[in-house]
Amino acid sequence: MTTTQVSSSAHARPARSFRSRLTRFPGVLTTVFTVLLAVIWIFPLYWAAVTSFKPEDETIANPPTLFPHALDFSAYSYIFQNSPIVRWYVNSVLTSVAITILVLLLSMLCAYALSQIDFRGKKWLYWLVLAGFMIPFQASLIPLFILINKMGLVNNYLGLILPQLAAPVAVVIYKQFFDQIPPELGDAARIDGASEFRVLFSIFLPLNWSITFSLAIVTFIAAWNNFLWPFIVMNDTVKLTIPVGITQVQSAYGVAYAKTMASAVSAAVPTIVAYLLFQRRVTEGVMAAAGLK
Amino acid sequence: MLEPVSAQPLPRVSPERQVQLRRKWLIAALLVAPFTLVYLIFLIYPTLRVIQLSFTNSDLAGIGNYIGFKNYADLLREPTFWTALLNTVYFILLTAVPNTLLGLGLALLVLRLKRLRNVVLAAFFLPYVLPVSVVTNIWTWVLDQNFGLLNTLTGSSIAWFQDPVWALPAVAFVTIWWSVGFNILLFIAGLQSIPTEIYEAASLDGASGGRLFWSITWPSLWPITSLILLLQLIAQFKIFDQIYLLTQGGPFNKTLVMLLYSYQQGFQQQHGGYASAIGVVLMIIILAVSGIQVRLLNRGARS
Repeated sequence: MTTTQVSSSAHARPARSFRSRLTRFPGVLTTVFTVLLAVIWIFPLYWAAVTSFKPEDETIANPPTLFPHALDFSAYSYIFQNSPIVRWYVNSVLTSVAITILVLLLSMLCAYALSQIDFRGKKWLYWLVLAGFMIPFQASLIPLFILINKMGLVNNYLGLILPQLAAPVAVVIYKQFFDQIPPELGDAARIDGASEFRVLFSIFLPLNWSITFSLAIVTFIAAWNNFLWPFIVMNDTVKLTIPVGITQVQSAYGVAYAKTMASAVSAAVPTIVAYLLFQRRVTEGVMAAAGLK
Repeated sequence: MLEPVSAQPLPRVSPERQVQLRRKWLIAALLVAPFTLVYLIFLIYPTLRVIQLSFTNSDLAGIGNYIGFKNYADLLREPTFWTALLNTVYFILLTAVPNTLLGLGLALLVLRLKRLRNVVLAAFFLPYVLPVSVVTNIWTWVLDQNFGLLNTLTGSSIAWFQDPVWALPAVAFVTIWWSVGFNILLFIAGLQSIPTEIYEAASLDGASGGRLFWSITWPSLWPITSLILLLQLIAQFKIFDQIYLLTQGGPFNKTLVMLLYSYQQGFQQQHGGYASAIGVVLMIIILAVSGIQVRLLNRGARS
């Protein structure tokens, strides 16, 4: 990176011919090296996809076949017929969408009050929210499970969803964004008789669609991928989410890697598509969550 | 009704103003209530309850008696706990530093690209958006002892996830493959925020290559580097998913880590109190590390 800076800033014409050829040669080499590295890095993913389109006997062929002889969908048709994978899909879509909407709504309401309204206990509440960044919920899995069990929510989608709403990240991000909006905008609307809800939903939210969209994508991916809590709270096979579900059938198939890879690819498709479609949004959301806007 | 808020402050609050203040408080309470309730019930309460449970011999239903510090005394005496703690620390060594350095190296390489930059970045980042079980399924296949791609191509016959020496490094490698994209993103943001004029000035003074990196890039990046290191330190102390899915703590507890041990004690052996004590130790460690992070970030913000 540093040498690119140097060569681009030195735009003396005559020196260019020889010197830039010298500096560009390593440049080309780095490009090739980097691209090669990226190909190797992503290769296991390609390998998983290719394996899923092979018949079982071809998966263990030696030497391995880099391209399948013919696209074979038997692994997919097998898992769709012999495991509740469609049901897991539905479970994952419904719970992830519900979590995404609820996280954004709850965080938005709370952040709006923290940012725009003066009320007693505000500072105290904000500190509590910030403290949540440090608290690892994994350390209190036992009491959380006991609590959910007492509420009768084990094996219940509410029990799966509710604890995932207790995340402070979106509150803090929304508060930062709301803080940047000049308070005069809200005051003007309030003088015209708008309620706080109106001010939030017709002024503050529209001004923050961009970060809302980024947060939505990132929250959805995180909810879809969540493993530990769904794994603990759901026991009934048909009620599992897909990332937990595919670990249950794996052992049932034995050494049947086409089927294992077919279920892995199925579970990964939504997050991969979400990322490839909204690459910039995901980047923005991940950065905001890390505290770097 | 529309008395301006900035009316001259009265020594005693007028009744109308009092009503207005109460209404304002009510609206604020209504707005923060949904989040705050969920947050208090499902995060704060369990966090306090785990401390209480750690002093009991509860089962998984939360029923038991107070036994003082017995759980903690048992923990310190028990070799398995120390194994789990040491394995966790070893796992952090295997992931945090290599993952940070690799992230920095790849970020530098990606930024040098003139073409294909977004495609290459996507290739490195894509694993990060995969569910953990997809990641472990893929690598169980690639590293399969008999039919896996790696052993087929290299002629090795190591059972990576069952080998006492290789199991934890193999899980660490999978973790790095999965998560380095996040570090690359952060480093790219950090690198792009370094003003190019500094490099231009330095190169006019005759500095180049390694000099530029060590005297400009590395020190300017240090806040990001320390943030990434600490984020990983915190994340890897909580390592569970990959280990559970790839090795289940085996062979011979060689990959047993703290959260997995707590899970086994709590959910498999029904020792809720004992598992809570392990949870409390984990929490104390993570709070200590987070404390360091907050101090570092504050120092960064001040300077």
